[in-house]
Amino acid sequence: MANTETMTINMGPQHPSTHGVLQLVLELDGETVVKAVPHIGFLHRGVEKLSENRSYHRALPLTDRLDYLAPMSNNLGYVLAVEKLLGITEQIPERAKVVRVMMAELTRIKSHLVWLATHALDIGAMTVFLYCFREREAIMDMYEKLSGARMTSNYFRVGGLSLDLPEGFENDVREFIDAMPGHIDTYEGLLTGNKIWQKRTIGVAKISAEDAIDIGLTGPALRASGVDWDLRRDNPYSGYEDYDFEVITRQGCDTFDRYKARLDEMRESCKIIHQALAKLQPGAILADVPSVCLPEKKDVVNSIEGLIHQFKIITEGFKPEPGEIYQGIEAPKGELGYYIVSDGSANPFRMKIRPPSFVNLQALPQMVEGALLADVIAAIGTLDIVLGEIDR
Amino acid sequence: MSQAAVAKLKGAFAASVLDVKEHRGEVTVTVKKEDIVAICRYLKEEAGYNFLCDLCGVDYLGQSPRFMVVYNLYNITTKERLRVKVPVEEQDACVDTVSGVWSTANWPERECWDLMGISFAGHPDLRRILMPADWEGHPLRKDYPLQGPGREPYQGRLS
Repeated sequence: MANTETMTINMGPQHPSTHGVLQLVLELDGETVVKAVPHIGFLHRGVEKLSENRSYHRALPLTDRLDYLAPMSNNLGYVLAVEKLLGITEQIPERAKVVRVMMAELTRIKSHLVWLATHALDIGAMTVFLYCFREREAIMDMYEKLSGARMTSNYFRVGGLSLDLPEGFENDVREFIDAMPGHIDTYEGLLTGNKIWQKRTIGVAKISAEDAIDIGLTGPALRASGVDWDLRRDNPYSGYEDYDFEVITRQGCDTFDRYKARLDEMRESCKIIHQALAKLQPGAILADVPSVCLPEKKDVVNSIEGLIHQFKIITEGFKPEPGEIYQGIEAPKGELGYYIVSDGSANPFRMKIRPPSFVNLQALPQMVEGALLADVIAAIGTLDIVLGEIDR
Repeated sequence: MSQAAVAKLKGAFAASVLDVKEHRGEVTVTVKKEDIVAICRYLKEEAGYNFLCDLCGVDYLGQSPRFMVVYNLYNITTKERLRVKVPVEEQDACVDTVSGVWSTANWPERECWDLMGISFAGHPDLRRILMPADWEGHPLRKDYPLQGPGREPYQGRLS
């Protein structure tokens, strides 16, 4: 008689392939996972509680720190939500909208690059990691040029942008996206046809479309299960309706198809950025809503009215009329939603963030139960989680 | 249209719909707590709201009822949103779980219990999720101090 006693082991919170501080309690029968229980919360900073105690402008920097691999997407979701709450969505200048789309797509590429790098590294393909981080570094440099920070950009503002694009920025972006499809081909050359990669990903961590909707998967993970849903196309925001791009869906429902879906999404992002560059015209970067937007710096230093204006917005903030709104955007990892309740004061009365990773991680147990221990690592990688936004 | 779904819902659950509001083009329906599972199942199966985006609690301290549990629904076919809310009294801060309708409700309900102190009857695994298991209190309640319990309040400005 073989001994069939199961063994319970901890994976994480300090395990390199849990992508942060995720703890998984695994019950194993030999190498087969019988049960997986994720434990989260190690990175809980109380972002929602903090934002209830600061004005709308001052809650914005907290959002960078959610999904720190895609800070501008978090900013975008937040400013769109507040603009909707204020009812000024229609007044955002065209230039601001185009720059937002361009930066959101660069952010998507940046986030997908870290996903591919770490996912491949976890499974054992080390070279891809170095290539991906090389390209990511170029995006980080652009971030730094634009906002002064490599990760916590805090660049968008309620009503538009904080600064205009620096000199030569458009050329940097153009050079980057001209080269990017070639880089993606390089990654594919290393992985797609690679027998080991295929063995480690095809048929691994499968989830059907029905189960995926039931458990709440969104983003590329859902689209790789054959559900054709992308908020950029279906509930467009920030002018996405004017861009021509394809929503990548695949039918495989497994780790390999999620990999292919994200790679193809990066190519689509390059297409969108090309179109954004073509649309980019000189113009205002902040909406003409003095009660919400800060005045230009030259007005602040040259006129008393400008100074008072700035002082009032900094000290008092703005007060949206009472009401509640939900704004979802297609962040790199799935649907990022902000539900904000206003009671008419200058602070959000309640701000609930719907982080895509939090909901996506819920699918992990059903993806790995019955699979091998080694596939748990592939499953964590393919879900593309960031603990910063899971724990908030 | 979400309004059409609301009209249908009113037809099926006339006595349960307490209030319908529209703000910035978004429809919010407030319904009675007792019928939330039946209403969610109806919205999912009859009205096509097959995706639960988000679930959370809101604390209106000083008002009665004190809490609201908010369900943000989405219809993947027609790409429409609908928000359902249920009022919850402080003395009886418990709502029936909708995790039988959408499995995705599991973690958000745990989070709502953890941070807001609203429990969910029939939930398969109602434990704290973000705070440590032995934590006392529910931090997102309005009467919970920002700096945490047992500490001098912060003297500087927060906003």
